[in-house]
Amino acid sequence: MTTSPLAHRQIALVDLLDRLLAGGVVITGDVTLRIADVDLVRIDLRALISSVNENVPSPWDGWEEP
Amino acid sequence: MTDATHLPEAAEATETTAPTAAAEATGTLEYAYAVVREADIPRTALEPVRGVAGEPVRAVRHLGLAVLAGPVPAADFDAEPLRARLEDLAWLEGVARAHQRVVDTAGADTCVIPVRMATVCRGEDGLRRMLATGRDRFTAALDRLEGRVEWGVKVYAASAPAEEPPAEPSAAASGRDYLRRRSAQRRASEQRWEHTEEGARRVHETLTALAEGARLHPPQDVRLSGEAARNVLNAAYLVPGEDSEVFAERVGELAGRESGLRLELTGPWAPYSFVAAEGNERAEP
Repeated sequence: MTTSPLAHRQIALVDLLDRLLAGGVVITGDVTLRIADVDLVRIDLRALISSVNENVPSPWDGWEEP
Repeated sequence: MTDATHLPEAAEATETTAPTAAAEATGTLEYAYAVVREADIPRTALEPVRGVAGEPVRAVRHLGLAVLAGPVPAADFDAEPLRARLEDLAWLEGVARAHQRVVDTAGADTCVIPVRMATVCRGEDGLRRMLATGRDRFTAALDRLEGRVEWGVKVYAASAPAEEPPAEPSAAASGRDYLRRRSAQRRASEQRWEHTEEGARRVHETLTALAEGARLHPPQDVRLSGEAARNVLNAAYLVPGEDSEVFAERVGELAGRESGLRLELTGPWAPYSFVAAEGNERAEP
């Protein structure tokens, strides 16, 4: 029943991670960069996040592919 | 132009991490934050901003584009140590907030294409190769997202009415009464849930009609968000900057109209959720 714009508040980490981990341009899918294997390192964070606490199932499972 | 352009402060205030030396050292790791048009490189806004490793952030130009990036220590950001460091939630949060600060600062006056968190290239050559290989995608995204912002809207089920205190099992209450009562409670709970889902669907349809794009994120896990209420919609909407006020007002109206739901608006965000090409969005309703 209320809205709470976050314009001037500390952004919730969970909202930030929604965007930083699922949004943004992904470079790894690029063929050229995959060939130049040591050129670019991108870490798949999802598995790591879920390992932060084994009791918390990763909410990011299944994000990459519909 | 294929030379790297260092923002003034980056060049003068950090002699110890002399940018030209860093550029020549092929082993240097560069953390990429966002891509902008070369003509839109922020001139001074990034000077006071520090990146994920406390490093100055500069623009590296190539082919009419530029990537905002900063040198980061291999001890933390090479593949193996990074993998380990990211398991530390506090460290992850520091990186996430710094990443967002750079994107937000640059995006305040210009269109930015955020890069996925923890994208690390080898040296400025790596950054330029990233711009070259992704050039068409970056250009298309910049054209599509110019002047747009992202708003986040989450819908929560308002807390359920307090459970009726379990009636004292009295001699008068038969087993049949008990079962009848339980079944009525279950029906009420199902109806509440249907009502909530319908409300969330109405909110999403209304806002989608107002927006240029919509994307659904998975509902947030209660254990991560710390929210007591159940998150039934976690959506992002792409809205022209000048329509932001109308959009936010509409969210307010919906919040007032939908009984049993609580709405939360976040933003404006850089268009993190909309950098993928149209028709390639992963979570259309």
